[in-house]
Amino acid sequence: MTLFLVKRLIMLAATLLVAAVVVFFVLEILPGDPALVMLGVSAQADTLAALRAEMGLDLPAWQRFTNWIGGVVTGELGRSYTYDVPVSELIGERVVVSLPLAVMALTLSTVIAIPLGVIAASRHNRTTDIALTGAAQIGIAISNFWFAILLILLFSVTLRWVPAGGFAGWDAGFWPAIQSLLLPAIALALPQAAILTRVTRSSVLEVLQEDFVRTARAKGLSRRAALWRHAVRNALIPVITILGLQFSFLLAGTIIIENVFYLPGLGRLLFQAIAQRDLIVVKDLVVLLAGTVVVVNFVVDLGYAVLDPRLRSGGGHV
Amino acid sequence: MKRIFLFLAASLAGLIPLQLQAAGDHLNMGMVLEPPHLDPTAGAAAAIDEVVYANVFEGLTRIDRNGEVKPGLASSWEVSDDGKIYRFTLREGVTFHDGTSMDSSDVIFSIQRAIAEDSVNAQKALFEPIESVAAEGAGTVIVTLKRPTGHFLFNLGWGDAIVVDEESAAGNKVNPTGTGPFAFKRWVKGDRVELQRNDAYWGEPAQLATATFRFIPDPAAAVSAMMAGDVDAFANFPAPESMVQFEADPRFTVFIGSTEGETILSTNNGRPPFDDIRVRQAIAHAIDRKAIIDGAMFGYGTPIGSHFAPHHPAYVDLTNRYPLDLEKAKALLAEAGHAGGFKATLKLPPPSYARRGGEIIASQLQEIGIELEIIPVEWAQWLEQAFRGKDFDLTIVSHTEPMDIGIYARDSYYFDYHSGAFNGLMDKLAAEVDEKARYAVMADAQKRLAEDAVNGFLFQLAKHGVWNAKVKGLWENSPVQANDLTAVSWEK
Repeated sequence: MTLFLVKRLIMLAATLLVAAVVVFFVLEILPGDPALVMLGVSAQADTLAALRAEMGLDLPAWQRFTNWIGGVVTGELGRSYTYDVPVSELIGERVVVSLPLAVMALTLSTVIAIPLGVIAASRHNRTTDIALTGAAQIGIAISNFWFAILLILLFSVTLRWVPAGGFAGWDAGFWPAIQSLLLPAIALALPQAAILTRVTRSSVLEVLQEDFVRTARAKGLSRRAALWRHAVRNALIPVITILGLQFSFLLAGTIIIENVFYLPGLGRLLFQAIAQRDLIVVKDLVVLLAGTVVVVNFVVDLGYAVLDPRLRSGGGHV
Repeated sequence: MKRIFLFLAASLAGLIPLQLQAAGDHLNMGMVLEPPHLDPTAGAAAAIDEVVYANVFEGLTRIDRNGEVKPGLASSWEVSDDGKIYRFTLREGVTFHDGTSMDSSDVIFSIQRAIAEDSVNAQKALFEPIESVAAEGAGTVIVTLKRPTGHFLFNLGWGDAIVVDEESAAGNKVNPTGTGPFAFKRWVKGDRVELQRNDAYWGEPAQLATATFRFIPDPAAAVSAMMAGDVDAFANFPAPESMVQFEADPRFTVFIGSTEGETILSTNNGRPPFDDIRVRQAIAHAIDRKAIIDGAMFGYGTPIGSHFAPHHPAYVDLTNRYPLDLEKAKALLAEAGHAGGFKATLKLPPPSYARRGGEIIASQLQEIGIELEIIPVEWAQWLEQAFRGKDFDLTIVSHTEPMDIGIYARDSYYFDYHSGAFNGLMDKLAAEVDEKARYAVMADAQKRLAEDAVNGFLFQLAKHGVWNAKVKGLWENSPVQANDLTAVSWEK
């Protein structure tokens, strides 16, 4: 287990370094001068030079790279060019929107998808199964931003139950904040739930064919007990894999949803930062998101070990 | 699926009541872009001025809703006969939001900061005519110019020329401290900026107790926000195609106003074949402005024939200088040695006037044999390549600064136009202080640009205002980039 952990940590560091190098050099090539973006079309050459010096853009590339990496390692992420505040502060303000949103969406999709998937599998080829599979197919086909607009039209414009967008802020109280995140979470969760339902269903179906399920039934367990106690537990490994993928996707991939609901989250920050050439924010965010993906994968691996004792000895993968 | 919906409906129903905003003394104003920071003296982004100009910060003069120069922090001024010495009398009893008082030292600090060597003022050129600035006691400031500058008082009304306090100036980007009728309360980055009434204001107090600017970049989200009542007003709505929907709804007032945005087909005058006036004239003859306004802007916009705003008193209608005439256009091209037409590129920045307008122009120029390759670019790329690098043939952009005809006299501006005759007119304009004579020079300048067909002059960008029908006092037009909330109130 220790060896496993050490290996994983080395992997994590290596992945982050590669991500850092790639993002730095991609942004080097990308045309667009942050100072020019800030000062616009009337700026004079001397004003631009003054601002570039203030932002440290006049240093050679290698020096900016080492300054930046050194900062990231020591937890000093630098200052945003456009907002002129520490990047860590900016990210901190945005994480409290994106992280709860991702967690809510993930919880919602899990709570919906796993029971439905199991039910569909247990009623294989019967009406319930066909209806659920059909519904899941529709859920996969619907793009989440379009679904989001439908939700807004119904719940915000017509019924006026929740605001059409924006984020009340946690300091406005728990419920107003949750209310602002509810529709976006549903919009994100439903298509994910559809995928997860199908994965759960096929995985459970597969496990139900296994010998140990028949054995369980033979030793006298009811259908229901055999299903929930033995089949589902064994069917969860592919489900956990998908969940891990989905979480990374949710955290980074909320750009569209955050735009539709004009939520001040990480996705929008990244989007804005690219457009405004706030390069330091882009770099830090990319490394942060890469780090999150690696950490989530690590947690998923631990999850396998919990579910399948055979993996705890450090043996093979699934 | 049905179960899912039942579940959703149940969970939502549990969460009513809604945050109902007390209408009456609060306004939610929607904006498309979030300002990068809140200091108008350190950035070009229009969004900065749209939040803080006239609300939080004030200058010596201010531009009112009609574009006229009015007293601001200077209650009056005298100009010497040679037009070089301005003597400003400051208002008494003016304090900054942090309680410190405003006097001549603050004015001098603000001006010197803008003209300093290491100044990062995006409009440093506005202050270029200033030779020196001095105080005469706490209540008077004397500005001496290098030469008479006719539009100097107007320039002092720009957001870039606001008066700041030396102690708080460095923090204005995140905590703007001005003298205006509203004080900054807080900024939830990515979401909104909140202002509250300044009870110590020197002038007429604002009627709104609080105002929130909310940033909604997505046009579809902006429609929902208006429809759901989350936002009370959009001074400039991002999607002209939605205006019909709002017009039909009695809850809203729609006002199509004017802006200072001359939208032009910028032409690289320094690069062949566009350095040949006949080619530029041919393009001018081939452009159908009405088709562009209808197709790209859903009919909103006023055709222009030169680089000048139609609502300005000195405006001359030159839209018929080169009327739509494809035969003539082809003949001019042939005369210039391009009988079979030629190929060129058209770089388009993100706004819809450019992207949609560009497609229409490409098809119009195809009629006379000019094949345009459309290259979409981001703003940052546009600034770097087209604006700074002059690496473009044609591009579409709206020049939104007020009274910016002077850019055609700049030495190395991106469309590379050089005309001694035009520069002469600009020098004459700068030296002239009599209004009538100034208008005559402005008319000549407009004609000069139209004559030379410097750029394809397309249309004046419209301002698509939509707000709750009960909200009164918003600006219908935008003579400067601002959302002045001083006079805004709710109908009782």
